[in-house]
Amino acid sequence: MFVTNASRGLPRHRSRHPAERYGRWALRTLTALLVLATLWLVVAFHLRGQWMFSLLFLVLGASLAIVFGKREWMSHRYIFPALAGMGVFVIFPLVYTIGISFSNYSSSNLLGEERVRAQFLDRTYQAEGQAFDFQLVREGNRTRLYLEAQGAVDPEGARQLVSLPLAQAVEGQPLAIEPTEAAPSGEALGMREVIARRDRLQRLTLVTPEGIELKMAGLRRFAPMLPRFEANPDGSLTDLREGILLTPDQETGFFVTEDGERLTPGWPVAVGLDNYTRIFTDPDIRGPFLQIFVWTFVFAGLTVVFTLAVGFVLATLLQWDQLKGKAIYRTLLILPYAVPAFISILIFKGMFNQNHGEINLILENLFGISPDWFTDPSTARTMLLIVNTWLGYPYMLLLCMGLIQSIPRDLYEASAVDGGGPLTNMMRITLPLILKPLTPLLIAAFAFNFNNFVLIALLTGGKPDILGASTPAGTTDLLVSYTYRIAFQDAGQQFGLAAAIATLIFLLVIGLSWLNLRLSKVKV
Amino acid sequence: MAMVQPRSIRARKLGAHLALLGFASLVVFPLLLVISISFREGNFATGSLIPERFSLEHWALALGIPWERTDGTVVQPPFPVLLWLWNSIKVAMASSLMILALSTTSAYAFARMRFKGKAPILKGMLIFQMFPAVLSLVALYALFDRLGQLVPWLGLNTHGALILASLGAVALHIWTIKGYFESIDGSLEEAAMVDGASTWQAFYHILLPLSVPILMVVFILAFIMSIMEYPMASVLLLDEDKLTLAVGAQQYLADHNQRWGDFAAAAVLSGLPITLAFLLCQRWIAGGLTAGGVKG
Repeated sequence: MFVTNASRGLPRHRSRHPAERYGRWALRTLTALLVLATLWLVVAFHLRGQWMFSLLFLVLGASLAIVFGKREWMSHRYIFPALAGMGVFVIFPLVYTIGISFSNYSSSNLLGEERVRAQFLDRTYQAEGQAFDFQLVREGNRTRLYLEAQGAVDPEGARQLVSLPLAQAVEGQPLAIEPTEAAPSGEALGMREVIARRDRLQRLTLVTPEGIELKMAGLRRFAPMLPRFEANPDGSLTDLREGILLTPDQETGFFVTEDGERLTPGWPVAVGLDNYTRIFTDPDIRGPFLQIFVWTFVFAGLTVVFTLAVGFVLATLLQWDQLKGKAIYRTLLILPYAVPAFISILIFKGMFNQNHGEINLILENLFGISPDWFTDPSTARTMLLIVNTWLGYPYMLLLCMGLIQSIPRDLYEASAVDGGGPLTNMMRITLPLILKPLTPLLIAAFAFNFNNFVLIALLTGGKPDILGASTPAGTTDLLVSYTYRIAFQDAGQQFGLAAAIATLIFLLVIGLSWLNLRLSKVKV
Repeated sequence: MAMVQPRSIRARKLGAHLALLGFASLVVFPLLLVISISFREGNFATGSLIPERFSLEHWALALGIPWERTDGTVVQPPFPVLLWLWNSIKVAMASSLMILALSTTSAYAFARMRFKGKAPILKGMLIFQMFPAVLSLVALYALFDRLGQLVPWLGLNTHGALILASLGAVALHIWTIKGYFESIDGSLEEAAMVDGASTWQAFYHILLPLSVPILMVVFILAFIMSIMEYPMASVLLLDEDKLTLAVGAQQYLADHNQRWGDFAAAAVLSGLPITLAFLLCQRWIAGGLTAGGVKG
């Protein structure tokens, strides 16, 4: 244990080795470059109005400059990269998530207010009046649009128009069309080719000599399109077609009409504790939430008990001196730990298949039963526990074997002299002696399974679903997979609600880790 | 070796062997089954363990070779398995090397130096690490979405984002390595520093060579964790040719179209190297699991 000279403030020794001096300069240059890069990110994020991210990189850049700039912080240089990694990818997302939990961020309130306003202002509608049928006409290797007015003759405009060759169209600029006497002489292309070029045609704006802009209004028509909304100085919008006023509502994050009707999309606004109150008061959310909450504890608890029981019994068997071929057994028994979990979980998904899985085939032949592993809640839960015990016992086996080795042999000698059998040895000597050092690892295993997302996502996907829930919720969902489904599945994407549940889980997990640190009496 | 031996020892030994054999066969059964299915014709799970109608079709498809059936139809490989495997290995290599570098240097400082805020930082890291990445996915998604608008190679649907995102998971590795460093006598480095070595030199030339075994263990654990990482990859990666194996493999077993045989071949192809590597290093890993942990 030492304190570096630099962090004591002692004078720096000037190295005799040029390599070391150059190394120092290289480090300084690298630091400077990194600081400049983060500063650029700070400015760029600030200009885009994303102050959270701007702040993140400001803190990162400043701490980088301080830790690598001042010699008193010499010791912290070694831990800075890891801390920065955790800060950016663990703690910042956590804070951001807690922040989201107080907002109505969701798929209907996704973009910022300015972007929403711009989207409204981009909308157009087809004006009353003249529309044109069109044809694509190919002359040699050029393609033109030929337009013919629908219905009665418009006294002002020309009746037949032809465009410049489409190849001359510049992205984002209108293409001129001119009056013509007759249809162009080339070959008129069929509907199939129109559909093939639909994307390009839809982006096209045509402008008549009178200055009227036409846009594609269907597979056969071009028509003058007018902007639908107009911005007012006070921030509200006027719907030009319906003639109504839309005011931005900062409470809900939507533009609302005078009758209180909301127009999507909206933008995220702070809603206070709404998401939390919804979890605890809305019966369609509270019911499934509580059910999943209880199941998560049961699942994690039973998994730890089962894996420990299997792992411990196998470990005591494998530690028996008289037994031959232990190395082979050991290798075979830790196989489930060695095979990547995403593969073995999918193997089980196939094996448990109700109609053509191996397990139901065997059960059918032996006992004449074939359980509905994926559609019945209680068998689905049983299946999860079986699979997770298979996946998890090797870890316990390895831990128990490591710990059993540290038990003094003469304890068993003494027990044998006194006539103790293997069962007595196991319950009276081995188990009590390894349980104490094992406890913190068991809590860690509990926390891991509490958050065992991969198992649920790959095996059942949370199904079968709970009936009557207003969010996607399954009877085999754990809190994590439930949160994931609220955030990323279905059309809803209720990030705010998901973040609120994530925050609650975080509080639980914090409690568990704190308990773990207390129990294991970690010395630093 | 126990000196006092009960008379029933033979019967007990037999019983233990039977129990272990029975359990081991239960454990190995699903794995043998998959190997068998990969050599079997058709995409069904049912059939005997030894393939009746042997076929290399699934293996050819898994290796990306179009397969011509006996009736003349040509089957195209359904998914680019080798590309997914390569993506997984690339991402896992890069991220586990970076995790190793970050956690080794930090563990050194935590094990050997005295500085302000050491204990709270160490404990805080452990607590924050317990919070699963799945729950902050929305935030990570937003972070990489915004970052990608400024730095394209760190945006969504890039491997750079996935590698970077894994750098948060270092706390457990730091604890493990720190535990090992503390078991090495510090007087070696002190002697070197008395002779004029700098802190970094003492670390790099004295301590690191002594800790190669634990560094190997941490590298392997980080590598395996990264290969198996599912939630982050499933949200950050979008295109089929960018997916990692963990995300791609489940497409074989979609609810309505289960390509059981194709999956089996792909699973054996990609799982076998990892499994073998793990089994070869199992002794070290078992040591590493307990090394950083319980000392109290």
